Amino acid sequence: MKKTLVILLPLFFLVSCSSLGTSAADSQEPQTYIENKGSDTIVNLALAWAEKYQIDNPDISISVTGGGSGTGIAALVNGTVDIANASRQIKQKEIDLANEDGIEPMEHIIAGDAIAVVVNPSNPVNELTLQQISDIYSGVYTNWSEVGGDDRPIVRLSRETNSGTHVYFLETVVRLGDEESETLFSTNTLLLPSSEGIISEVRQNPNAIGYDGLGYVPEDLNIIAIAPEEGDVYVLPSVESVNNGTYAIARDLYMYTNGEPTGEIAIYLEWILSAEAQEIVQELGFVPIN
Amino acid sequence: MQKDLNWQEYVITRLIKFSGYSAVIFVVMIFFFLLKEGLPTLSEVPLGDLFATRWYPIESYYGILPLISGSILVTIGAAIIAVPFGVGVAIYLSEIAPRWVRDMLKPLVELLGGLPSVVLGFLGMLILSPALRVILNLPTGLTALTGALLLGGIAIPTIVSISEDALDAVPKSYRDAALALGATRWQTIWKVTLPAARSGVLTAVMLGVGRSIGETMTVMMVTGNAPILANSLTDLLSPVRTMTATIAAEMGEVANGSTHYHVLFFIGLVLFLISLIVNVTASAVVFRQRKKAERVLS
Repeated sequence: MKKTLVILLPLFFLVSCSSLGTSAADSQEPQTYIENKGSDTIVNLALAWAEKYQIDNPDISISVTGGGSGTGIAALVNGTVDIANASRQIKQKEIDLANEDGIEPMEHIIAGDAIAVVVNPSNPVNELTLQQISDIYSGVYTNWSEVGGDDRPIVRLSRETNSGTHVYFLETVVRLGDEESETLFSTNTLLLPSSEGIISEVRQNPNAIGYDGLGYVPEDLNIIAIAPEEGDVYVLPSVESVNNGTYAIARDLYMYTNGEPTGEIAIYLEWILSAEAQEIVQELGFVPIN
Repeated sequence: MQKDLNWQEYVITRLIKFSGYSAVIFVVMIFFFLLKEGLPTLSEVPLGDLFATRWYPIESYYGILPLISGSILVTIGAAIIAVPFGVGVAIYLSEIAPRWVRDMLKPLVELLGGLPSVVLGFLGMLILSPALRVILNLPTGLTALTGALLLGGIAIPTIVSISEDALDAVPKSYRDAALALGATRWQTIWKVTLPAARSGVLTAVMLGVGRSIGETMTVMMVTGNAPILANSLTDLLSPVRTMTATIAAEMGEVANGSTHYHVLFFIGLVLFLISLIVNVTASAVVFRQRKKAERVLS
């Protein structure tokens, strides 16, 4: 114990000296602050980008907060942030509000987000239409034989209702994008609190169907190819199919700035589209663009 | 010196008195907090909707019946497993096992009680639930039964430890008297020792059941959390959603002061009332039986 202290103490001294040195150097350089706020879906990605960017550019300080897409856009309209994150496109109403205050929101697509539908590897079903998936989750189909599989009961798995993925899946798949629709998940849909819960249940249960962000789905599960309508081509989720818009359960993620970005903000947004930043996109389970 | 002692005594008496009262004060304060946050539900959600069978809060379906039935089902299942098993183990440890077996087994059982529930939930998710699915040929292994089995495992150490203490506290003269009257060992245990330790054993059962109804992490991981209304014990084989798991899963994201927030506190209130009723009933039963016993003796 004493020995470790003897070794650790000088180390501490060294570390504190070096950190003192850098902070002194920092304070001499002018700091640029970038305020970044919005979507909770994007917040981890935006944080990862900000951390990496600040390491390479110590004179720039980026603050990232969540709160939701609407919150971020409202903050941009009020002029309190430099960049607003949004997992949906800006609404016309919000653009009008912004224009009244002399703010011109400009859209930048920064990454893609796709949801993969998965079943157990022993399940012979490989292809489904959006309508079929919707009917499975709303409880119309209860047996795999109704969609061309074995005679087995269907066990539906979903994320908890507080997950953004749950809401997106409800709107885009279960309700097929119809805003008037009141279709709900079947009551016996299992709501699992984590991605890991869904993956492990699908892995061991041949009756199960689940969904999750493309980046979270391991390769040993059977990923379903999806057709938007009966008769369309069945498409597997991939970077290409998400980017060319053929995969149905995918969306773009956006950042909004006030007008054409300038100075450090323009350089930051340019870096976000670079290969280095888009690598982080892939690591976090989103779909890189380009 | 004398004065000094009086002063010390005064402080110590007050401190002990305060500790005694504080338990009551805290419970009352928690109860009022729950009332304050939970009661607005009654004005925001019509009673008919509240006691309906559909729970889907993001679309304003606030029917809490499936959650109540889920909690009760899992707890009854756990009690059916844990009470006979736990009391059995306690009887074995206290009455039958040789001293060295008892000295070895009791700490081990208590160690089981210290197992974090999230670890148990993980084992349940990865080992118990796939096994149950295959053995019972179920659509999925994430069922009320899986939760009941694990909760039974959580309740057993509490039940064993406390009822063993209660059985141990029965005076040796009771057993000697029974054996001297010609009772067999089993008759002594069943007719004399166990009834004499009744109130302690019942406390053990109450604490064990209390632990299972309040347990959250394990049930959230293994019961599937599907809000299906459970009608009978056969629903043990289908997934359920418990009140505790609902609060844990949804409280983190809910907007402060919204209807959903109030309903979650209302569920907490229901949970509180259920455990209150269980405890009051249990102590009433013990009290009545004790009175009856006293009447017979006098």
